[in-house]
Amino acid sequence: MVRSFLIKSYTFLIYFFLYAPILILMIFSFNNSKSRGNWDGFTLKWYAELFQDSQIASALYYTLLVAVLSSLIATILGTLAAIGINNMRGLPKMITLNVTYLPLLSPDIVMGVSLMLLFIFIKLQLGFLTMLFAHITFNLPFVVFSVLPKLRQLSNETYDAALDLGATPFEAYKKVILPQISPGIVTGFLLAFTMSFDDFVVSFFTTGSGVSNLAIEIYSMARRGINPKINALLTLMFICIMLLLLIVNYRMSKDSNKETDVKIIK
Amino acid sequence: MKKKLLTYPYLLWMIIFTIIPLFLVLYFSVVQTDQFGTRFTSEHLARVFEPIYLKVIFRSIALALVSTFFCLVIGYPMAMILASRELKKRDILVILFVLPMWMNFLARTYAWMTLLENNGIINQLLLTLGLPTLNILYTDKAVILGMVYNFLPFMVLPIYSVLRKIDRSLLEAAEDLGATPVSTFFKVIFPLSLPGVVSGIIMVFMPAVTTFVISRLLGGGHYMLIGNLIEQQFLATGNWGFGSALSLILMAFLLLTMGIMSRTDKDREGGRLW
Repeated sequence: MVRSFLIKSYTFLIYFFLYAPILILMIFSFNNSKSRGNWDGFTLKWYAELFQDSQIASALYYTLLVAVLSSLIATILGTLAAIGINNMRGLPKMITLNVTYLPLLSPDIVMGVSLMLLFIFIKLQLGFLTMLFAHITFNLPFVVFSVLPKLRQLSNETYDAALDLGATPFEAYKKVILPQISPGIVTGFLLAFTMSFDDFVVSFFTTGSGVSNLAIEIYSMARRGINPKINALLTLMFICIMLLLLIVNYRMSKDSNKETDVKIIK
Repeated sequence: MKKKLLTYPYLLWMIIFTIIPLFLVLYFSVVQTDQFGTRFTSEHLARVFEPIYLKVIFRSIALALVSTFFCLVIGYPMAMILASRELKKRDILVILFVLPMWMNFLARTYAWMTLLENNGIINQLLLTLGLPTLNILYTDKAVILGMVYNFLPFMVLPIYSVLRKIDRSLLEAAEDLGATPVSTFFKVIFPLSLPGVVSGIIMVFMPAVTTFVISRLLGGGHYMLIGNLIEQQFLATGNWGFGSALSLILMAFLLLTMGIMSRTDKDREGGRLW
């Protein structure tokens, strides 16, 4: 009895610690007064101010543009790479996999400054393009590691059967392999989009000349002090990420159901 | 096989955008460019070991260690609860535990900024209750709190997944052989969960030691950790040589730590890589 009570209160405390700050942050985005300690009636004025802010609008535009482009390009490059890696053996495969781990292992700040050095070294002006390149780079491993497991599950027989039946290798890929690995590709794309949408550190070092994303705007506002507009923006961003995650999760669970179905049939 | 060709654009991209940049960090940390041209120098690397910078490095390591310790102490029992067999609604609880991680970490840090403020909610509450106010914003305590809050899930999840895989029969065997719950924990459960503890420690320590956002927002404008020092060299003073040297040493230190940690981990499992 005592043990179960202790466990329950500990669990409650931890979840309270995790959620209270986020919930308070969201609730105070609707607070009429600028003060953070007192509740002074419900308002949507911070949201209204947010939508009138041209700097936020431009940051939102760049955030979405970079997220869409970088995840699309990373998905194409990464899927092709995964198909190649799946057909590699021995040392080349090990090297390629380790190169793929590299961005995941190096700290964000080192990745940010090293890319900044590269862009300055090749005299590419820091701005939209450099931020896009940086995002493609850290998105690639997520795509590769989402697609690779799907490729491993494939059997070679279906592909060979397609060839026997007269399909060209390209047709066989398009009609046989691609439909089977597409769940992995879509998951990789959505993961990459989420990562790009949320990124601060790498963007912070690789952008310039008036181009910024939402995270950078939040950081520069927060550095100047507390502003309920930030609460409103963060609340909206959190809702968007949640919706994306719901889609990813739904797809993944649909996927794993399919796999168990196949296993049962076999 | 022609299919390998498909990897080449990717490899080319990764060489240009991850491997060459890392070599550039190495390059900039050992060269000096002035009116006499470019030449090798050990000046930047030596500067890292000057007392004022060593102090910053030690402070970053110390704060990261303290945060990692708190994450472990708070997180291990939580992982045990999540992994325990009699837990109902486990899936929901695990999802709820992971969810805050998907909120932008700037948001999670900013949330504490508003909570800890002199006239923020916590102090308003304490005042209404007639208790003394808490003034920890812009101190070490606030930075540690921010780190623990941000990185706690990174500690709990790896431990949780290892604990879930522990064979129940081992625990039953210990019980049959007369072990008390406490000695079962220290002699069976904890040693078996060490791989999870090791990855948890790495996953908390790494971002904690390199952060510059948490220290800037919760530590204030003059608060310096190694991350802030690097940021300053690149974005404020434009001293890339020293900034690169700091990044290089930081990266080397982290790789070394990870190597040693995963090595102790391998020893336990019997296999050994290096």
